[in-house]
Amino acid sequence: MLFVLLRLLPGDPANALLGVGATEQQIAAARAQVGSDQPLYVQFVGFIGNLARLDLGTSFVSRASVLGEIGNRMVVTLPLTFFGFLVALALAIPLGIIAAVRSDKWYGAAISVVSQLGIAIPVFWLGILLVTLFSINLRWLPSGGFPLKGWANFGEAITGMILPSLTIGLVMGASLLRYVRAATLDVLGSDFLRTARALGASFPEALIRHGVRNGAVPVISILGIELASTFLGAVVIERVFSLPGLGSMLLLAIQQRDYPNVQGVLFISTLLVLLIGFAADIIQRLIDPRLRGRGRALA
Amino acid sequence: MSTTTMTAPADKKSHSLALKAGVVLVGVHIAIGLLTLVWLPYDPTAMAGGRLEGPSLLHWLGTDRLGRDLFTQMMIGSRIALIVGVGAVTIGAVIGVTLGLLAAFASKWLDDALAATLDILIAFPTLLIAMLVVAASDTANLWSAIFALGIALSAIVARLTRILAKRVLVMDYITAARTSGSGWPKIVAIHILPNIWPTLSVNFALQFGLAVIAEASLSYLGLGAPPPNASWGRILQEAQGTVYTAPLGAIAPGIALVSLAIGVNLLADGLRDTIDPTRRAR
Repeated sequence: MLFVLLRLLPGDPANALLGVGATEQQIAAARAQVGSDQPLYVQFVGFIGNLARLDLGTSFVSRASVLGEIGNRMVVTLPLTFFGFLVALALAIPLGIIAAVRSDKWYGAAISVVSQLGIAIPVFWLGILLVTLFSINLRWLPSGGFPLKGWANFGEAITGMILPSLTIGLVMGASLLRYVRAATLDVLGSDFLRTARALGASFPEALIRHGVRNGAVPVISILGIELASTFLGAVVIERVFSLPGLGSMLLLAIQQRDYPNVQGVLFISTLLVLLIGFAADIIQRLIDPRLRGRGRALA
Repeated sequence: MSTTTMTAPADKKSHSLALKAGVVLVGVHIAIGLLTLVWLPYDPTAMAGGRLEGPSLLHWLGTDRLGRDLFTQMMIGSRIALIVGVGAVTIGAVIGVTLGLLAAFASKWLDDALAATLDILIAFPTLLIAMLVVAASDTANLWSAIFALGIALSAIVARLTRILAKRVLVMDYITAARTSGSGWPKIVAIHILPNIWPTLSVNFALQFGLAVIAEASLSYLGLGAPPPNASWGRILQEAQGTVYTAPLGAIAPGIALVSLAIGVNLLADGLRDTIDPTRRAR
């Protein structure tokens, strides 16, 4: 549905293909080639049919297969999202719990304040700052780029990934931290934790046995959303570190008005976003038996 | 960059402190933004000094790679950011509240369809939707960026409005108003809008910050307003290449952005605490 809307939005792709000053015949030829001379429903049926066969068409500009290009780009964006996600988890879960449990101590409050700061920082600026620090001043890591040979050049690929993943992880971790903290605070004030304590469980024991399970449910649905938006938000990060990922493909495609590429990237991203949401739902049900009976009306 | 409920600090003192800090931060940007309408240190497009000069008494933040005064550009950046924030939130509010109310009043299937559409739209980051709208409109200028951001924000507003309005709609006083013969437009104006307004306005403040950062990102990606309407994102992008020789050009716009974003977030938190009695009590 989203894709039909997008298709309708930008006007005639043939115009974009040719640019200004094209003759009538050229336009007609281009329209026949792109298929925009067909009635809309024919275009739509063709589009859906191609989707079903996973044929996303070929790029207007490079004439390469869109799906192939997406595959090439995916090997950059997927690991980037994944590593960033790991960094975020490693930061947010322990720090969020500490911030909640020790909210009366100065370091508990400090964590909250710093996370507040982390949320207001634009990703690209954090990226530039990290580059300034680690690449220009300390010269530890490359400021960007990705080896032409890709993962075949493993060492270089990994070092190229460190800073971008760190950037994503820090920003994502900061907002995740707030949810972890809020969820932990909820759990801390709950009756079941008090009961467990009354039954003789030590505080860490009660927190781990009862708290984590209960606190994890809302956090996981947020995790799903965050993961999806990080994946989609890779556009900016890839630009900062000049990585040849899905995001830079989308940006280039938008600048060149290369609609098959724009469409393809969006289609695959939507698919992934929906998959992530679906996976988050399933994990939540595995953790919380109460959700299993609720059918599909899961908010 | 999320619109979550933040657990408020326990003591009331820090609330008012946060609110004050928010007012000061936003106030400074508003003051600078207004000042640019009547006075600027230098012509923003003119070569006011040498290239990539360091900070001096003449040029407080130095000059960029074309010799333009950085401080002047930063001041204009404040103005642009405020215009973007106000513009995008206004557009988002008008479209979003209308759609949200429509969904709340609509028949079940229309409501379901709208809710599902909104959920999908919200799954995409504001920035991505804005990128697509900018791509679809042929000319990249400030207004297309504002319009794009407004559209992107409207999905969030619509979903919130829908939920809030539905909560009010089941109240007894709505039934009472209906039985006493009030029409829907009157009910919306008298009962629903005043009731959902406090929560919405806090959300608008948060979205203001979101819009400003998103516009900076758009500009950074080269999809925002072209010069001389120097947005902080554009200054950052231009300065990134010369970060080694003139780091200030890359640092200053970021600080400005963060200060405005934190300012509106603090303002939103403070507003929420003043409006919501359950939070005030804690």
